[in-house]
Amino acid sequence: MFAYDLKLAIDSLKRTPGLSALMALAIALGIAVCAVTITIYHAVSSNPIPHRSQVLHAVTLDTWDVDRPYDEDEPENPPTLLTYRDATTLYGSGAAPRSLIMYKSGDLMLPERAGVKPFHATLRITTHEFFAMFDVPFQHGGGWDAAADAGPQPLAVLSAETNDKLFGGDNSVGRTVKIGSTEYRVAGVLEPWAPSPKFFDLNNGVFEDPEDVYLPFGWGRVLELPVHGNTQCWKSENQSSYTDFLNSECVWLQAWAELPDARARERYQAHLDNYARSQKATGRMQRPLNNRLYDVEQWLERNEVVSRDNRVLLGIAFLFLGVCLVNVVGLLLAKFLNAAPLTGLRRALGASRRDVVRQHVTEVLLLGLAGGVLGILLAIGGLAGIRMLYDDEYTRASYERLTAVDPVVVLATLALSVLAGIVAGLYPSWRIGRTAPAVYLKSQ
Amino acid sequence: MLEMQNVTKAYRTDLLETHALREFSLKVEKGEFVAVTGPSGSGKTTFLNVAGLLETFDSGSYRLDGEDVSRLGDDARSQVRNRRIGFIFQSFNLIPDLDVFDNVDVPLRYRRLPAAERRERIDAALELVGLASRRKHLPSQLSGGQQQRVAIARALAGDPALLLADEPTGNLDSLMARQVLDLLEQINEMGTTIVMVTHDPELARRAHRNVQVIDGQVTDYKPYEPSSATVTPLHPAVAGGASRA
Repeated sequence: MFAYDLKLAIDSLKRTPGLSALMALAIALGIAVCAVTITIYHAVSSNPIPHRSQVLHAVTLDTWDVDRPYDEDEPENPPTLLTYRDATTLYGSGAAPRSLIMYKSGDLMLPERAGVKPFHATLRITTHEFFAMFDVPFQHGGGWDAAADAGPQPLAVLSAETNDKLFGGDNSVGRTVKIGSTEYRVAGVLEPWAPSPKFFDLNNGVFEDPEDVYLPFGWGRVLELPVHGNTQCWKSENQSSYTDFLNSECVWLQAWAELPDARARERYQAHLDNYARSQKATGRMQRPLNNRLYDVEQWLERNEVVSRDNRVLLGIAFLFLGVCLVNVVGLLLAKFLNAAPLTGLRRALGASRRDVVRQHVTEVLLLGLAGGVLGILLAIGGLAGIRMLYDDEYTRASYERLTAVDPVVVLATLALSVLAGIVAGLYPSWRIGRTAPAVYLKSQ
Repeated sequence: MLEMQNVTKAYRTDLLETHALREFSLKVEKGEFVAVTGPSGSGKTTFLNVAGLLETFDSGSYRLDGEDVSRLGDDARSQVRNRRIGFIFQSFNLIPDLDVFDNVDVPLRYRRLPAAERRERIDAALELVGLASRRKHLPSQLSGGQQQRVAIARALAGDPALLLADEPTGNLDSLMARQVLDLLEQINEMGTTIVMVTHDPELARRAHRNVQVIDGQVTDYKPYEPSSATVTPLHPAVAGGASRA
């Protein structure tokens, strides 16, 4: 019977091509707006490391000025970064089962490969736990150990893209890369890896690609590698040397701790507070105790990765879809009632109410599907349009990730369009199903 | 075949109540050809709609082919309409964008018959009405008389026990009207009970029995005399081969 319903639905849509196209277009417009908004919302709100998001915690200490909070609008929020002194002390304490400290830097990469010009490489200066804690996949080799951090040893881990660029995608473990004036031996090459949002560093572009090269943490101090990201200071201090900078109250380091359960979290929280108290005794950290641990989802929320605007936009998009559907309901009612004499005839010839409703629901399903496919095409065009709005490479790269067509969203959108079709078509179908067959037979 | 006892039917609005049928009683025997006549607004079409289960009624009883169909639900009514009743309308009521074959196919689709059986029944019905060669024609490519014959084929393909005709020749010229009436007589002779609503006295005269309806009541009723009917079986594909499912 479904085949017959499908045939009737196609015949009915063909009978009124203009009206059918108009209804499909109305659904498509609503779906396209929703799909674009959902794509962006999905990109910003997805959990980039769901299997470890409860375990990984961003570490914060309120080291800010006693006279004014770090965030004037939300004074309860401590700074998102740590001073070098606090970060290295906490890291060295070993209070967490596993922890890391890191920052973003950059330097000139001098490739040996013929034809590859020197380029500015982004660097992540990090302690060795980075790869294990964030579950970073390697295609060749691996990371380094604590001794390499302390040494520091001239080891580097390359991103897949950097390895492609420098070594044509070969296994480059053991080979040498020259960054600035220092040569490093390649210890490992990553698989293509780009968590989105880039949860472990929300200070430097939420949707930015991860860095080109990873270096042991000790190189930062030894080579005085600059911070390529936020450095925030509240105190006027004499900083005439890199050592002055390291000893300052400026915050610029990201710290993460792996805390497998509530008890570990409580213990580490107590450790943070005790450390803060000890610092108070030396005259630092005069603000009330406000040291916080954030798991990944809390961290994304704290950094407003999903802004209120995103949520409002999502609401408006669905409202727009609703308006489109109301119009479709009106058009469907007009169409179905216009064809009521035919429906009355079919009822007289033996179609039950259920047959009639099913036949019309099949038609709106088809309409919803057509609207969905058209809507997805419009959405793909819309997302491409958003990308084209941004000229500079940096912003465009961020938006490319943000506006990438996601198969999950495509499937969800198709389901949404079919659902929208059913929602729009249910009342007209039910209404036409209630029509007494005799009413229209004379007028047929 | 058809037995109505004291059937009443009123149409109500906020301001008005119109009694279309009042204590309407009628018995039609199997194999009869009954003409129902009466002035406009007398209730003929309402009777036909109630008889065809296209409308419900307020009180009374209605037995069709021995079964009480007074209070059936929508599914059951649709099934009875589909399997036991055939309709012929004044304006033919063919679906304009379906060809002859597909028009005749419509009631069979709702009976969920297999394709081969549907094809056999449609071929036999079109053969009976003399339109086997026009199966791929659209209604607009046929004359009025041919369209009415397609409608008759559609009614017959389901092998109904009762054929209800509402002014079947009302939209036809006299020659075509005669052809359609000849066909109805032939179908009746094959054993199908026919109840026909008509204004046309000449048409009514060719029925076995005339029933006059005035103000929603039967005013002139004569019982059926079976000797006047000659019963010849329907085409095997329509009647014999396929059981009345």
